[in-house]
Amino acid sequence: MRITVTVDGTRYTDDVEPRTLLVHYLREQLGKVGTVVGCDTSNCGACTVHLDGHSVKSCSVLAVQADGCEVTTVEGLARDGTLHPVQQAFHDNHALQCGFCTPGMIMQSIDLLADNPDPDEQAVREGIEGNLCRCTGYQNIIRAVQDAAHHMRPGAGPEAERVAGGDQSAAGRAASSVGGGGE
Amino acid sequence: MTSTLEPEVGRARLRKEDARLITGRTRWTDNFTLPGLVHLAVLRSTEAHAKIVSIDTSAAKEMPGVLAVYTADDLDPEGSIGMPCAWPITPDMASPRRPVLAQGEVNFAGEGVAVVVARSAAEAEDALASIDVEYEDLPVVLGLENALAEGAPLVHEDLGTNRNAVWKFDSGEAGSGGDVEQAIAEAEVVVKRRFRQQRLVPAFMEPRSCVVDPTAAQLTMWSATQVPHILKTMAALTLGIPEHKLRVIAPDVGGGFGGKIAVLPEEIMALLVARKLGKPVKWTESRSETMVAAHHGRDQIQDLTIAARRDGTVTGLKVELLADMGAYLGLVGPGVPILGAFMFNAIYKIPAYHFACTNVFTNTTLTDAYRGAGRPEATFGIERMMDELAAELGMDPMELREKNWIKHDEFPYTTVSTLTYDSGNYEAATERAMQLFDYEGLRREQRERRERGDTVQLGIGISTFTEMCGLAPSRVLGSLDYGAGGWEHAAIRMLPTGKVEVVTGSSAHGQGHETAWSQIVADQLGVPFDDVEVLHGDTQSSHKGLDTYGSRSLAVGGIAVVKAAEKVIAKAKPLAAHMMECAEDDLEFANGRFTVRGTDKSTGIQDVAFAAFMAHDLPEGMEPSLDSEAVYDPENFSFPHGTHLCAAEVDTETGRVHLRSYVCVDDVGAVVNPLIVEGQIHGGLAQGIAQALYEEAVFDEFGTLTSGTFADYLLPSAADLPSFTTDRTETRSTTNPLGVKGVGEAGTIASTPAVVNAVVDAVRHLGVDDIEMPLTPMRVWQAIRTGRSAAGGPGAEAGGGLGSIDSTQGGAR
Repeated sequence: MRITVTVDGTRYTDDVEPRTLLVHYLREQLGKVGTVVGCDTSNCGACTVHLDGHSVKSCSVLAVQADGCEVTTVEGLARDGTLHPVQQAFHDNHALQCGFCTPGMIMQSIDLLADNPDPDEQAVREGIEGNLCRCTGYQNIIRAVQDAAHHMRPGAGPEAERVAGGDQSAAGRAASSVGGGGE
Repeated sequence: MTSTLEPEVGRARLRKEDARLITGRTRWTDNFTLPGLVHLAVLRSTEAHAKIVSIDTSAAKEMPGVLAVYTADDLDPEGSIGMPCAWPITPDMASPRRPVLAQGEVNFAGEGVAVVVARSAAEAEDALASIDVEYEDLPVVLGLENALAEGAPLVHEDLGTNRNAVWKFDSGEAGSGGDVEQAIAEAEVVVKRRFRQQRLVPAFMEPRSCVVDPTAAQLTMWSATQVPHILKTMAALTLGIPEHKLRVIAPDVGGGFGGKIAVLPEEIMALLVARKLGKPVKWTESRSETMVAAHHGRDQIQDLTIAARRDGTVTGLKVELLADMGAYLGLVGPGVPILGAFMFNAIYKIPAYHFACTNVFTNTTLTDAYRGAGRPEATFGIERMMDELAAELGMDPMELREKNWIKHDEFPYTTVSTLTYDSGNYEAATERAMQLFDYEGLRREQRERRERGDTVQLGIGISTFTEMCGLAPSRVLGSLDYGAGGWEHAAIRMLPTGKVEVVTGSSAHGQGHETAWSQIVADQLGVPFDDVEVLHGDTQSSHKGLDTYGSRSLAVGGIAVVKAAEKVIAKAKPLAAHMMECAEDDLEFANGRFTVRGTDKSTGIQDVAFAAFMAHDLPEGMEPSLDSEAVYDPENFSFPHGTHLCAAEVDTETGRVHLRSYVCVDDVGAVVNPLIVEGQIHGGLAQGIAQALYEEAVFDEFGTLTSGTFADYLLPSAADLPSFTTDRTETRSTTNPLGVKGVGEAGTIASTPAVVNAVVDAVRHLGVDDIEMPLTPMRVWQAIRTGRSAAGGPGAEAGGGLGSIDSTQGGAR
């Protein structure tokens, strides 16, 4: 099947097998290997990306479901060499060790902050519970998310992702038409 | 100009590694593609123990995109390849051949049976379903005691036994203490307990993966491994590949926790297939494969007897272990429980000690190192026993510990298990932890809740732990029959422009070596932190090393870096003297500059490096280079310690455990980077707490892993864990120049007994003196309801416990 997807600001048109998962399309066809696969039961969240501004586990979305959508991965967050505030906060708070869960954790945290710009500790814990980390014990991740919240305007998540000059009107906080979302 | 550089060591430097990891510019093994790359998929046995009657691969070979399908008979027709075990703990250890693919017989569910090679990973996976394997069931051996029972069926018929080895230490025989049987016979108080260390899955986040390129000048393997150097040597030995024709690269590696200390059948398979086809191959496992095929950890039954006087003085400790090896021996699997032999006596002065461990084969996934490896098991055993003894004596459990621990003025102290602890201060760490925790206040609340019969009861758990780490002195490893030394290598390259490349044999997979080693070198050479680049994990650049495990990187690898830096300075000194026309003895080196004593004449190390590069005017006989390398073999282990305190609320109506407070004060010696140390503690605590409360690998009566996905195996999320209060005391190690000790495993080793002690303490007045791990609500509830000691789970629900294997049926079916 032929799909057209905008990923990190670049528009791609490709033929994919109907069964191809979005994460495999990103990694294998587009070379977007910054997004990773950590499990096969949608539990770990390592593959979390944004689909039309909402976090989804890209192992739970078919590539064909992303047809006509805008996808943002961890590779598309920094602007002109400036890190997204959540990326910066992960660095500043030592919120990663091996870094394998980090792409998904960052994408989920941005989504969380878009919904709740000033989460307390419990809200962060519950907001990222669909993303597993084996290294950090989560404490510094929670610190990072709260630190990022202080550096971001309310709702800055999707704003920060919108590609300048892009005409992807789908970006915004409208409910995603595609299921399989993050927690 | 006088340079007054702020010391780098001790600074909370943000990590260099992060830049690539937070932007997705990562080099995980599965990210690599090469021209003509083909993909492997492994068919795994669905049976735990069976004869392979036939394997029909003909239909799979016809599937689209399939290049080849191989079985063991194709890859190893002679049946001569055996996966290496590097730790033969006894000379007569029973050791089965572990083939690359099962040959004639499968011995655990998940063992590889055939491998498909296809154009894409999806096509390889598709073809697996077309392979037809006919099995003839054999009796499945499950459960440690079942496996050792008279007349039990055998995992490996040709070995004639399910007993891998029996390893003993006795202080009476060793002359390091008294006779434990006598101590028990003469004791005023004897407490016996049976504890179970459930089986765990290391669960590194990055599934294992390897890529082999046979078209490169050296046969090149990228692998998600903790041990690239060991892998290179072992792969060369296993396959007879000349070692100089092989290159191993561990690129970005997504966690290990011991789970990636291995030489994998899949790595050997990839080498064989790549050479056979002359094409690059890639194997990446699914998480479901990780769960069944990657080695597990722990899995022991511990029978413990502690003898004491009424005043609380411990007089003897007897430890009898059964340890499950699974179906085969992993790289260091047999030695893992043996590491515990030196740690059951922990921080205590125990006059008589006996340790015996029986390693056992069962038809399960093999076990091997998992964070702490032997030491968490031992720490759990002794710290639980101290609480049980305190309860028996009616003493405060901290008072009992203090009565028996080694005092700070008694170091160095040689223990009953013959280790010499160089330094420590248990009083200081405990005092700080008690303050932070409000021990007295929580005890008061506990009493109040008991008195008013609150449905939510409060318990306090203590763990005053130490561990041996920084593996280790080669001669000690030799005495334990370990198949390698314990040294580490480092090299420093002084580049013409004054920048520095540091080569290390440590192989980071999340620890932050690039940052920490840069800090060490910046201090040693007086160069800016950002002028240092750390190279690791590629046997072409880092040609020599023994890799990262056992909290050894800083205490061994970091010291090798110091030694290499010292050699750089020693080489630079004559040249600096020559440049400034003075005698070498007149030079002082500090903050990166050689200064002529009593003058303001000086030159920087980076200028000296340039002069060495130019080589126009060198002292007579000097080689034109400051580059240096060092191999460091420590004289002793390092012995970090700490006091961990946990307050747990237990809902007596539901059995739910809520960790209200967790305080730990760790003493890991001098600290290079407090941020990294804190992160290591946090992550360690999470894994130790997870063992106490959540995780268990469970097999059903057919030997099928029923907790075989992340949907079934409870890896805790952020919502499942508390915030931790961490602090440190600092007692420098006296056996290395930085005064450092290991930290990677500390949190995991210490925390499990603190949590279990807290939960048992909360419900002890209801007649409970143990609950098997993991302390699921159901088990806690059951224990409260029955008031039974050692209450386990009833039967075969996930987390079934000792009772989960029905001894009347489990041995054979």
